[in-house]
Amino acid sequence: MWRDALLVAGKDLRIELRSRVALWQVLPVAVLSLVLYAFALGPARHTLAAAAPGLFWLAVLFSTVLATQRSFAIESGEGTRDGLRVSGIDPAGVFLGKAAAVAAELAVLQVVLWAAMTLLFGVHVHTAWLAIVASFLATIGLATAGTLYGALSAGLRVRETLLPLLVLPVLAPVLLAASRAWSGALTGPVSSGESWLRILGPFAAVYLVVGIVLYGPLLETA
Amino acid sequence: MDPVVLLRGAVALTGRFPALSGVDLSVAAGEVVSVVGANGAGKTTLLRVCAGLVPVSSGEATVLGVDLRADPPAVRRRVGLLGHAPSLYDELTAAENVRFALRAAGLGADGAAPALARVGITGRLAKTVAGGLSAGQRRRVALSVLVARAPELWLLDEPHAGLDAGARDLLSDLVTEAVRSGASVMFSSHESEIAAAMSDRRVTMSGGRVADVTSGGRRAKLAAVGEGGSHVA
Repeated sequence: MWRDALLVAGKDLRIELRSRVALWQVLPVAVLSLVLYAFALGPARHTLAAAAPGLFWLAVLFSTVLATQRSFAIESGEGTRDGLRVSGIDPAGVFLGKAAAVAAELAVLQVVLWAAMTLLFGVHVHTAWLAIVASFLATIGLATAGTLYGALSAGLRVRETLLPLLVLPVLAPVLLAASRAWSGALTGPVSSGESWLRILGPFAAVYLVVGIVLYGPLLETA
Repeated sequence: MDPVVLLRGAVALTGRFPALSGVDLSVAAGEVVSVVGANGAGKTTLLRVCAGLVPVSSGEATVLGVDLRADPPAVRRRVGLLGHAPSLYDELTAAENVRFALRAAGLGADGAAPALARVGITGRLAKTVAGGLSAGQRRRVALSVLVARAPELWLLDEPHAGLDAGARDLLSDLVTEAVRSGASVMFSSHESEIAAAMSDRRVTMSGGRVADVTSGGRRAKLAAVGEGGSHVA
C-alpha cells in the first residue's frame, strides 16, 4: 500500500510540475480571492486582521476543490482510469498517493497564501507551533476528504459541479476549526486555539481511515 | 486443460441496458480469438468483462480460473488490456508511462526500455511526452506495457485502429510471441478479414450475443510460413 501510495503521489506531482495547472490556475485563484476579500472588507487593518484566519482558510478550502478536481482530471484522460484499475495497484495506495499529492500542493499553496496575507492584511503569527500543527491536521483532513469525494463524483458527467456541492459542507468543520486555531495562533489566546485541534485531529484520522477502507469499493462503483 | 475464459449465459449491463445478454464463450490456453461485429454489438463490453472492468450481473464467468463475480481484482492483475484509447498520461514521457505501469503491477522498471525498443520506441521518442506522440506511436507505447508485463491473457480492443502497415505487422508478431509463451489473446476488430487471418477462431457478436463462431486462418498461415516465420498479417 505505501509503495503504491509513493508511486501514485510521485506520478501526480510530476504531472503537476509538467502541466503547471496548480501553479498557473489554482494558486492565482487563491491569491486573487484573498485580494478580493481585502477589497471587500476595506482598508481598516483591525478588520482585516480579525478576518484573516477565516479568509485564509476559505481560500484554502476553495483551492482544495480545484486541486481535487485536477487530481481526478488526470485519471479521466483517455483510458488512464482503466489502466490504473487493470494495473493491479492497491486502491488504498491510490487513495493515499492522490491525497498526499493534493496535500503537498495545498502545503505549498498555504505558504504562498500566508506570505500574501502578511503583506495584504499585516498579520503575524505569535504562536508558530499552533499554526503549523493546525495547518498540518487541516491539510490532511482537506486532502483525504477531498480525495474521497473526488472519487465518488469521478465517474459522473456532472462531476465538476457536483464535487463542490458534496465536499464543501463536509469540509465546513475544517474551515471552522482551522480558522479558530489560527485565530489563537495569530492573536491568542493560545488555549482557545488549542482546543480546536481536537476537531482537526479526529477529522483527519477518520477520513484517512475511511478513505483507505472505502476507496476500492468507490473506484469499482464510480 | 481448463479454458482461460469461460462465459455461460453471461449478462453485463451498461447503465440499465444489457450490453451482453447471455454470452456463451470459451477460450482455450494459447488460443487467439477475434471478436467482430457492428458498432454496439458488445465487442468492447465483452473484452472489458474479461478484464474484470465490467461486472457480470448474471450467468457464469470465469477468467484464468478465477470467478469474475467473486474476485475481479485477482483477474485484473493477470490480464493485459489495450483499450480503444491507450492508457497513457499525456504529461509523462513514453518511458515514464511504461515504468509507472510496470511499478504499479509490482514489476521492476528495468523491463521498460527493452519493451519500448521491441515496439520501435527508442531514443528521442522514448523521452517524448505521450501527449506529443502520434496516435500510432501512443498505441505502440501502450503495447509495450503488455510486452513488459507478459500477461496470461491479452485483451486488445480494436488494436489495428490507427496503425500503419509496419505497426500491424509488429502487432501480429507480438501476438504470435505472446501465444508461443503460453498466453491467450482476444481482440476485437471491425476488419473481418484481418480478424479471420490473425485468429484461430472468429466470434461474431450481434445484439450482445454470440451470433456465429467460425475458424480463423492463423494456424494455416503459420504453417505456410513455418513455425519460425514472422508475420501473420
